[in-house]
Amino acid sequence: MVLSQALSTARRRSVARARRGRAPWQLRVPATVAAIFLILPLLALVIRAPWRALPSLLGDPLVGEALRLSLLCATTAAGLSALFGIPLAWLLARSNGSVATVIRALVTIPLVLPPVVGGVALLSAFGRRGLLGRPVDELFGIALPFTPLGVIVAETFVAMPFLVLTVEGAFRTLDDGYAEAAATLGAGPWFAFRRVVVPLLAPALMAGTVLAWARALGEFGATITFAGNSPGRTQTMPLAVYLAMERDPDAAVALSLILLLVSIVVLVALRGRWLTGLGGR
Amino acid sequence: MTRWRAIGIAGTLLALSACATPATTPADTGAGAPTRGTLTVLAATSVRDSFARLGAHFERDHPGWSVTFSFGPSSGLVAQLVAGAPADILATASTTTMDTAVTASVVATPTVFARNAMTIVVPGDNPGRVDSLDDLADPQVSVAVCDPAVPCGLAARQVFARAGIAVTPITQERDVAAVLTKVSLGEVDAGIVYVTDARLAPGTVTDIPIPDADNATTDYAIAVARASENPHLADEFAQFIHSDAAQRVLRDAGFAPPG
Repeated sequence: MVLSQALSTARRRSVARARRGRAPWQLRVPATVAAIFLILPLLALVIRAPWRALPSLLGDPLVGEALRLSLLCATTAAGLSALFGIPLAWLLARSNGSVATVIRALVTIPLVLPPVVGGVALLSAFGRRGLLGRPVDELFGIALPFTPLGVIVAETFVAMPFLVLTVEGAFRTLDDGYAEAAATLGAGPWFAFRRVVVPLLAPALMAGTVLAWARALGEFGATITFAGNSPGRTQTMPLAVYLAMERDPDAAVALSLILLLVSIVVLVALRGRWLTGLGGR
Repeated sequence: MTRWRAIGIAGTLLALSACATPATTPADTGAGAPTRGTLTVLAATSVRDSFARLGAHFERDHPGWSVTFSFGPSSGLVAQLVAGAPADILATASTTTMDTAVTASVVATPTVFARNAMTIVVPGDNPGRVDSLDDLADPQVSVAVCDPAVPCGLAARQVFARAGIAVTPITQERDVAAVLTKVSLGEVDAGIVYVTDARLAPGTVTDIPIPDADNATTDYAIAVARASENPHLADEFAQFIHSDAAQRVLRDAGFAPPG
């Protein structure tokens, strides 16, 4: 408690110092290496891109369909991740028992699981013959695989752990004093969560959701394994890119550029609209 | 290529006495062909089990040499080779993919070493009651095929065209393994895969043969990579694949002899 206050004070001071003075070379050198390492491959992709093929690809109805499906599914997956992941992160942040430790480890497994294996796991659970999928199919005639709903399920499965990890970290750094103060003023736990905790952590919640969105947008392995590949139905951009790579690598590069541009536009717009608080607070 | 071959033959004569360095030194440095090293084979996924056995066989016959494989979709392998992947041998699941490698001048003259055909596979309990190609046209029957971007997808389309049936696949998978996964998990009622893959599949999958008249075949081709540092041994490996012993292994796996 005291320690966390001290830490956050120290952090604020160091932030202030860093803003005033130049960063030491011990940080600047690895930072530059990191930036170049991350940016160079993208730059290479942009340089080798067949720009002339771009307009005709954009006009291809299948590409438009894949893009629309990608955005729709990734956004829904990010929304679902936030809706269910934020409460889970909150619970995990407040529990330290061995059960919580095990659950924390288990829910982050999709991070390390090869996505294709994740897809098989999803089939085993929600497929036509799956643990839960079979009774649901028999009772309601609803089968998730090979449907856009299946794409959303696969993307949520892979993306939610990113959100849970990010947001749990933020919940842990939050000073309990705020919620306690709200309680002494008569706020119930749910009210305090909604009106005190969430506004305080809005930037972190948004960052976690955006991270989940980005992960869902690029998702490939679990999607193609669980939801299959059916143009116009379950073929998202990453799937279209993968299969274009088989036929026409230039088209694949162009397609990935389209995906890249769209995600940059969305991220920049979000940053302007929602995440300004991240740096300014 | 002829230059490589000549050096290779001279190398064999010298091989026993020459103290050649490992594979990293090209043969034309004058030291003769190396007597030990690694032969890297890029091969289509569908020959994986056969080639793994044949590789071990080849290693037994060539002490000091080890054969490493990189299995993947044929088009991906060609792309790797064009991008400069260090490899000695390319084996593709279709002659058209091999042709793209020939056009890109990354391999020498290829030869056809096996032929594969397609088959229907259904889950063990056959939920869609499929017993012939015609049943696949039933909209109630869910069918998984490969995407037309990969050879097995083109072959599946050919089969449907020859049989004169219209099939709307519920999913177009990236490779045969993915089709088999969907079938063996019972997520689809039927799939179209290569005969050799159906044979490898777990017991939960039943295959229903496609009549020859409707079937599509694909020829498997092998060629020595132009960038090979051990072209003589690579040549020997390619010839070994044509040998009776190797052909028997391929027959066991379900391949037909080259037509």
